[in-house]
Amino acid sequence: MINRTLVTILLALLAVPALQARIIHEERSLYRNIVVEDSRLLRCLKFTRVRANPLNQSCIIRNQPRKLVFDYSKLVMGSVLLKPRPENILVIGLGGGTIIKAFHELFPEAAITAVEIDPAVVAVAREYFDYQDGGGIHTVVADGRVFVKRALLQEEEYDYILLDAFNGDYIPEHLMTREFLQEVKALLTEDGLLVANTFSTSNLYDHESVTYASVFGDYYNLKFSDTVSNRVIFAAHKPLPAPASLADRVDQWQERLEPYDVPLKKVFRSIQDEPDWDPSARVLTDQYAPANLLRGN
Amino acid sequence: MNYLILTMVFVSGFSIMTIELLGGRILAPYFGGSIYVWGSIITVFMLALSIGYLLGGRWSLHNANLRRYGSLFALSAVAILPMLLWGNDMMEAIFLRFTDPRYGSLIASTALFFIPTVIMGMIAPYSVRLLVQSRQSSGMTAGFLYFVSTLGSAAGTLATSFYLVLWFEMNHILIAVIAALMSAGIGAVLLSTTGKLQFND
Repeated sequence: MINRTLVTILLALLAVPALQARIIHEERSLYRNIVVEDSRLLRCLKFTRVRANPLNQSCIIRNQPRKLVFDYSKLVMGSVLLKPRPENILVIGLGGGTIIKAFHELFPEAAITAVEIDPAVVAVAREYFDYQDGGGIHTVVADGRVFVKRALLQEEEYDYILLDAFNGDYIPEHLMTREFLQEVKALLTEDGLLVANTFSTSNLYDHESVTYASVFGDYYNLKFSDTVSNRVIFAAHKPLPAPASLADRVDQWQERLEPYDVPLKKVFRSIQDEPDWDPSARVLTDQYAPANLLRGN
Repeated sequence: MNYLILTMVFVSGFSIMTIELLGGRILAPYFGGSIYVWGSIITVFMLALSIGYLLGGRWSLHNANLRRYGSLFALSAVAILPMLLWGNDMMEAIFLRFTDPRYGSLIASTALFFIPTVIMGMIAPYSVRLLVQSRQSSGMTAGFLYFVSTLGSAAGTLATSFYLVLWFEMNHILIAVIAALMSAGIGAVLLSTTGKLQFND
């Protein structure tokens, strides 16, 4: 009885910060609604006012802005195990810019190009999330697909590419096709690493998985088993090493990633290199790309 | 009212919107999916239709007959072929020349969609010409034709965006549109030579 009361009180206390959340900025951009919300602990960029789905928001802890809040960002940071010294980083999809800031601190020498389609998101990241250009960070307002095509024409190369464009309720379907991944792969140096933040639920999982497999062959799949979060993909030109061979690097990196609240051991344990999807799912192509419809089915 | 003409008008209304919706998909890999890409597509379709209405009306002044009407359908089917066969090459060439995706998408829409849409626009006034019986009923006839044609457009929009893209590849949908327009056209031409359907000049 007492226990239950205690639990109730605790739950009520936990709910208080959420109730106190205060909208400090709200706008309707060309592409979506943008809401910046402050609660006692967090400042969040949301693309919808109602649902608090981690997929469509980017948060920082207000008095510890270096700490990464969401599981998928922590999984993304696990990529240091495979690519400990990236030099030329491309990030497609900006959000609040938290991952980019972490990259910049970890790899101050690296050139980072961030591509974001929505100028309003760039402005919000600068205004409310302390995101800044300069010192190696360069922000481009462009469609990810168009940017990649132009970069290929100019024979640019990146040794680290992060695809993080699916943080809205609507999936840009032309960024989830075999042809797009082939273009991204062509932009990747021979020893480069592709990291993609993607969906872990719904039917889309199978379609997306086979699409990545059709371009990259085998790849690493990272998911925390104890929470429903995103799935993060690590892929490269060459087959990736067996996950076990990375164990040494976990110890080297754990401390460096502590300020970002990345549980690197847990991230390491979440790496899977065996397919866990339906291999007969239809590959998404420029000809067949109903990602939003498949997600709903 | 003539069921053949009404069916054909429905098919053309359906086809126009199917192609317009696929247009967004066709352009996205080169020019993105932004609002200006849709702006380009809709501008080109509206402009092409307006010119098509003008030309179709003019062409209906002399010797209007079912044979010519059918040839418009066959011609529009042929005019869709280039986007199927050389669409990617054309878009690549435009992508290389124009770095601003707004003008790139506008020029690409023009190159891919303008001519077939002009021809499909000619169908509407030509149908009015074939079906109008008297001045007194001309408004009713035209109104009913717009009704059927726009109903076809609504059906084409819904079918394409809800179901066709989920079931089929884009090129297969385009081939089906070409086949539908071509068979409507050939059907009309054949019927016109058997003389079963006569329209008074």
